[in-house]
Amino acid sequence: MVLRDLSLRNPLYQFRNEVDRLFNGFLGSVPEGFLPPPLRNQPAVNIWEQHEAILVEMEVPGVKKDQLDLSVVGNELSIRIDQPGPEEEGTIYHRRERPVGSFSRVIPLPCEVDANRVAAELRDGVLTITLPKAESAKPRKIAVAG
Amino acid sequence: MSTENTTKNPTETPAIEHTRNGLCFRPNVDIRERDEELLVLADVPGAASDSIDVNFEDGMLTIHAKVAPRQEHDHRYLVREYGVGDFYRTFRVSEAVDAGKISAEYADGVLMLHLPKAEAVKPRKIEVSAK
Repeated sequence: MVLRDLSLRNPLYQFRNEVDRLFNGFLGSVPEGFLPPPLRNQPAVNIWEQHEAILVEMEVPGVKKDQLDLSVVGNELSIRIDQPGPEEEGTIYHRRERPVGSFSRVIPLPCEVDANRVAAELRDGVLTITLPKAESAKPRKIAVAG
Repeated sequence: MSTENTTKNPTETPAIEHTRNGLCFRPNVDIRERDEELLVLADVPGAASDSIDVNFEDGMLTIHAKVAPRQEHDHRYLVREYGVGDFYRTFRVSEAVDAGKISAEYADGVLMLHLPKAEAVKPRKIEVSAK
């Protein structure tokens, strides 16, 4: 089969398999479908968990603070980016790879968060959102009596 | 101007090229042509302005933005859709660019390079004089 041949010879495919394998390891403990993969032009996210918070990180180069719209409703974080379209009309592009326009993404959170204390930081094109866990979702040390 | 590097964008396929320090990605770029210059915009999110090297040598323009790891090497992610590492890309710059006057700015994770056109190739309006 042509496809199979390709995948065997092409180092890119081999590499992809390696990466998939690696990531499956990372994702081992997360229920499947926790987060659907990003659509074309949707910004990618990294999410991790700390003791007291869930952290969501996104690379959004060129985006200004006031072009970001973040909201938490229930167990979902919504991120919307409104970037102005390309500047002058009739611009000649030799390369055009950077995403333009608006996009949004809804991220289901793995646990309840305290929406009132969510904080976001934008630095050098990296957006980091800290979502403190709700009291009920925090790990609690249980003292053993006796 | 032609692209020499073919590593992949971090948001789609993480890490194709390995360097001494680990992962290296190819930044997305826009190259716009204006009357006076070529404008190169390169996405290098996570790089600090003092960790970006722009070099011009033998007709090759190289962008190398070092990105410090934001997490430990063995960090456990719940979701990991992109990798974090340096950005690297090389362009061949035509002789129509005045290499001595290339300048760069950086803001919000975007590197902006101005490549002024050499005098000889700038558009010139020719006045028609009436007899």
